[in-house]
Amino acid sequence: MENLLAARSQMALSLGFHIIFSCIGMAMPFFMAVSHYKWIKSGDIQYKNLTKAWSKGVAIFFVTGAVSGTMLSFELGLLWPAFMKHAGPIFGMPFSLEGTAFFIEAIALGFYLYGWNKFSAWFHWFTGLMVGITGLASGILVVAANAWMNSPSGFDFANGQYLNVDPIKAMLNDAWFSQALHMTIAAFVSTGFAVAGIHALMILRGRNSLFHWKAFKIAASFGSVFAILQPISGDISAKDVAVRQPAKLAAMEAHFKTEKRASLIIGGIPNVKEKKIDYAIKIPGALSYLAHGNFNAEVKGLDSIPEVEHPPVAITHFAFQVMVGCGMVLMIAGILFHIALFKKKNWLQASWFFKLFVVLTPLGYIALEAGWMVTEIGRQPWIIYGVMRTAEAVTPMPGIQYSFYLYSAVYVSLSIMVTFLLYRQIRSIPLKYDKDENSSFKINLM
Amino acid sequence: MLYIDILFLGLSILLYLLLGGADFGAGIIELFSSEVTKNKTRQLTYRAIGPIWEANHMWLIITIVILFVGFPVVYSTLSVHLHIPLLVMLFGIIARGTAFVFRHYDAVKDDMQKVYNLIFVYSSFITPFFLGIIAGSLIGGKINLQATTFQDAFIAPWFNLFSISVGLFTVCICGFLAAVYLIGEAQNQEDIKIFIRKAKRMNILTVLAGALVFVIAEVDGIPLYRGLLTNKISLLAIIAASISLFFLWDYLLKNKAKNIVRILSGFQITMILFAVGYEYFPAFIMLSDGNYITLIEDTAPQSTLSALAWALIIGSVFILPALFYLYYSFQHKEHEY
Repeated sequence: MENLLAARSQMALSLGFHIIFSCIGMAMPFFMAVSHYKWIKSGDIQYKNLTKAWSKGVAIFFVTGAVSGTMLSFELGLLWPAFMKHAGPIFGMPFSLEGTAFFIEAIALGFYLYGWNKFSAWFHWFTGLMVGITGLASGILVVAANAWMNSPSGFDFANGQYLNVDPIKAMLNDAWFSQALHMTIAAFVSTGFAVAGIHALMILRGRNSLFHWKAFKIAASFGSVFAILQPISGDISAKDVAVRQPAKLAAMEAHFKTEKRASLIIGGIPNVKEKKIDYAIKIPGALSYLAHGNFNAEVKGLDSIPEVEHPPVAITHFAFQVMVGCGMVLMIAGILFHIALFKKKNWLQASWFFKLFVVLTPLGYIALEAGWMVTEIGRQPWIIYGVMRTAEAVTPMPGIQYSFYLYSAVYVSLSIMVTFLLYRQIRSIPLKYDKDENSSFKINLM
Repeated sequence: MLYIDILFLGLSILLYLLLGGADFGAGIIELFSSEVTKNKTRQLTYRAIGPIWEANHMWLIITIVILFVGFPVVYSTLSVHLHIPLLVMLFGIIARGTAFVFRHYDAVKDDMQKVYNLIFVYSSFITPFFLGIIAGSLIGGKINLQATTFQDAFIAPWFNLFSISVGLFTVCICGFLAAVYLIGEAQNQEDIKIFIRKAKRMNILTVLAGALVFVIAEVDGIPLYRGLLTNKISLLAIIAASISLFFLWDYLLKNKAKNIVRILSGFQITMILFAVGYEYFPAFIMLSDGNYITLIEDTAPQSTLSALAWALIIGSVFILPALFYLYYSFQHKEHEY
């Protein structure tokens, strides 16, 4: 394996792993805080149990997210020292603020996990909410740093020198808002549906139905509302990318030729050699509209960009299709959930309804990973868009493939461990929290 | 503003060594304990470190962020030439953090606990060992920016007797700090005695390991010893640390005053770090050609240094009171998990 490829694979693996855990870390504390709020307000012991059960999940995911994040802060240098040497001082501002947010998150989590019956109820609840707020802030700041790589600003680049550095301007680059918005919503969608899916499965199994129903309702509500909002932020992002990174948009859409009234391409297999796409559904003018808000606008194709600066078209296109596809399915599920809540209450007794949510469990995370592939692979061959190529940034240390194999082994074993632990957590719920109290409650599935 | 950044850098390194160190040390003590005291240590570690361990490890993140934002040359030089020990240290951090939380939060307590324990104790040893190796390599003067072979560029800088001796010294420091910390957390006289005994042993080992570092530095021609003797302020710090050692032993032998013992041991470690840091300052990485990378010249642009300093100041306004309250709240109080 070539060094550059090994370094990129290791980075992709580390980010791909970290993203899942950090999204759970961003969204889950809010679910927990809602449940906790209901416990304080209603005194219903099951909300307390649910809060505790979820808080253990938060702890497991927090530590996994924290260690994988620590690894990333080192890997930036271990794999891309030349990038960090120049970029660190420019885009480091959000990282230094993120350090603060993350530190407060760690402190708040210490208070929350170990603070049952030690502090006043509302202070304790507040520390739990703080875990969520600071987690969200961390996520937004880190995405702002990534956005800088897509939309470098806050410096002048002349003769290989990075001059007039303005770290605040770099942090508030053109892409930060649309990327952070899209990512934050994605965190709630993916985690909401994943958590809802797990509880839906438990409801189908017919054990501790009330406990799981309460959990399901909170998680599915979060997931649904955000899934319905997500297309709006997707649209903002697309318009943003069209202006800033036409090569990325062209690769996402496998849009080879610059044209007016460009078609939106759905599905299909990009044929890079012949510069066309086979077997795709085309909606004339729709891409022009989505990118520039006008059916007749010109959309830059890959032909307007030198070939050496083309991102890998096929992967970017497929990843984009997967993301949008999953997002659409989740949006429809979100609408169904709202219909069920307000109009068709009998769906909430139907087994197909819960089965649907079980099937949807991984979809949000698939969309999330695909979305990051679009962002990162679509930026290639640049590490700093238009300024520094990824190949120039890679470490001179040879043999990175061994480090990649090691990291892969660590991530695989961590994933297995976390899955194993969650399985045991869920299995222990009847023993720990929900003995006979509510055995009278059953959702009579049809 | 540069000096504010340097101050925070020094502070976060020190706090990581003291707080994170005590944390690692708990695992080291567990590793070298008999079966009976192993259990005691383990339980005490849960109680004493559970709420605060994640916060303790934030100091490492802060250190790294300060380095890569404010001192990118230092960060990228370390990343290239100390890639391998950094990698090992990272794996140690991951293994240890996850094993600690997994053994604590696993819903079922069965034989998996043995696996978690094993991972926890060995990674508790390996992580500070390699952290020390990295620290030793900073002043060892074996980093060669022009190196052409794999051996010279990526192995020699850290795989040498001096760096390894600093690694061992760091492990001993962590074990010592943990023993002293746990004395204060112990709940009955019998446990207090156990940890006092451990603290004594770890202190003797620490002093011996420290002496070994000096001996090897002399043999290797690293001007550590003479530098410390000729620099008056560093010398003063070393003398202060040595004097406080007598008080420490006085308290340890009389089995009393646990908070004073904590303060004294923290003081000693602070003085050692300060003495070495002050002697070398502003140099941060000693190179094989006699040059060095400094914290004064090899920095980020002024605008970044000011922004970083403000971020650190504002951050500490939020962090320090909350952190203080966290440590305060969980001292000697029972808590429900």
